[in-house]
Amino acid sequence: MAKVIIYPTTSLILADLVDRMGHKALVAPEAVRDRVTNPEIKSPPLNITPEEPKKGLKYAAVDVPSGIRGRMALIGPLIEEADAGIILDDPGVLTGCAGCNRTNELVRLLIKTKGIPVLDLKYPRDDTEARGFVARIKAFLEGLK
Amino acid sequence: MIRIAELACGAEYSGIQREIERAAETVGAKLVYPEVDLDDIINVEKKFGISVSSGDLNLAMARATRIVENPDLADAVIVMTCFRCAEAAIIRSEIRKYIHQNSKVPVLSYSFTERTTAETLLTRVEALVTTVKYRSLLAREKQTGITAGIDSGSTTTKSVIMRDNQVIGTGWVPTTDVIKSAEDAYNAALKASDLKADDIQAIGTTGYGRFLIGKHFNAKLTQEEITVNSKGAVFLANAQKGPATVIDIGGMDNKAIAVQDGIPGGFTMGGICAGASGRFLELTARRLGVDISELGKLALKGNYQNVAMNSYCIVFGTQSLVNSLSMGCKPEDVAMAACHSVAEQVYEQQLQEVDVKEPVVMVGGTSLVEGLPKAMEQLLGIKVIVPPYAQYIGAVGAALLVSGLLEA
Repeated sequence: MAKVIIYPTTSLILADLVDRMGHKALVAPEAVRDRVTNPEIKSPPLNITPEEPKKGLKYAAVDVPSGIRGRMALIGPLIEEADAGIILDDPGVLTGCAGCNRTNELVRLLIKTKGIPVLDLKYPRDDTEARGFVARIKAFLEGLK
Repeated sequence: MIRIAELACGAEYSGIQREIERAAETVGAKLVYPEVDLDDIINVEKKFGISVSSGDLNLAMARATRIVENPDLADAVIVMTCFRCAEAAIIRSEIRKYIHQNSKVPVLSYSFTERTTAETLLTRVEALVTTVKYRSLLAREKQTGITAGIDSGSTTTKSVIMRDNQVIGTGWVPTTDVIKSAEDAYNAALKASDLKADDIQAIGTTGYGRFLIGKHFNAKLTQEEITVNSKGAVFLANAQKGPATVIDIGGMDNKAIAVQDGIPGGFTMGGICAGASGRFLELTARRLGVDISELGKLALKGNYQNVAMNSYCIVFGTQSLVNSLSMGCKPEDVAMAACHSVAEQVYEQQLQEVDVKEPVVMVGGTSLVEGLPKAMEQLLGIKVIVPPYAQYIGAVGAALLVSGLLEA
């Protein structure tokens, strides 16, 4: 089983496909869930404190907006953990996003430069493309150890 | 309870959402998030005029269109985005303008970092709530009875006594011990007006030390300086009807307030560095060996273009000051350059965030440094009014507003 980082990191479609193929999808909602269910932190609802943007300094410099660094504190560790990545190059708003496109750009960059196998995909626009989309993901995931 | 619609991008992920909530709770307000349909976000460009690549900003714009379509959704709006984000800075400003132009809902915009605290936001949120909660009080145009106002500022404490719509006594002292300074300023104003404390029907307090001195003097009104100063400014400048813009460059921060019929509509409060405040002018006066009261007159004789100065940071500003003098620059040119530098920063950082409409009224102690309103006139290209008692603006506003509570 490989750990696969997906982009957008909130894409339910990609996460579902990865899980169905017997791998573990690394997704932002899981990182959020860890905080939401942690009773120790008192900053509801997401329980993100000013410490997160500081942790995000590992991925972006101090002159990068705090919202990006805070998001990276959640997503960055997932990228570090990943054995492979699937990137949807042109996701629409319904596919999911980090809310901030600068974060999206940084996430894509970090996945692509990590040196892991990465599958680049275009969002399918019709039934034929959708079948090809799923087939390519299936083939990619089957190739992972 | 006042409902403030929060239109934000990045607040949650910056870890400051709890701080925003705390600031709202402190002033008796609650944050609300107008619901939008997915179609509102996808088609935001049709109504708002633009969509951007960041989803949370599109959501904020969609919420803004909902508020304009149905102003009953919120009593006030706060637009907040990350500091240093260009995309967000453009959209934040456009949302503020959009709501301001298309509804009567007051708007505050602010860019935050992870270091933003409830305390940083408190004065701003308090002002936002005041414009909603005390709208009828803020509409008051005349002072009645005998009232006092005390403005406990970061650098100086000011007090005025007003009777029948006239200022009859003033007191001004540097702020040291907050309560002692307020007592001294108040006693000086009483003495100047030939009245005793028992003659005063009500006291209003404002400024940084407002809560402390408000409690000490048993004030009937304790109010933040944004609404109070704007009220005092338009009262003294005789600009209570129609639009006006109030610029208040204080000892520690500065404020730009867009006023309509005496009530603040939009405002910004800044102070990234003391380089954009009265502190830098004090420092310049000291370095030039003149009293602060003489700096403005000296500046009027000078030309800022003869000196390279940028007081964006007070440390670098001081370096520019020392360098220019060591290079033989004339003191009057240096004085004007310092005034121009402060004015330029307020122009760049604050006035871009409000709709500047004439008359422009400049208040606070710094407005008496003649070079500063002159520099602001040069930058804006319009006449700047400095009303009488400009340095007592907060105290006058407090005395005026508290008189409205005498009849309650």
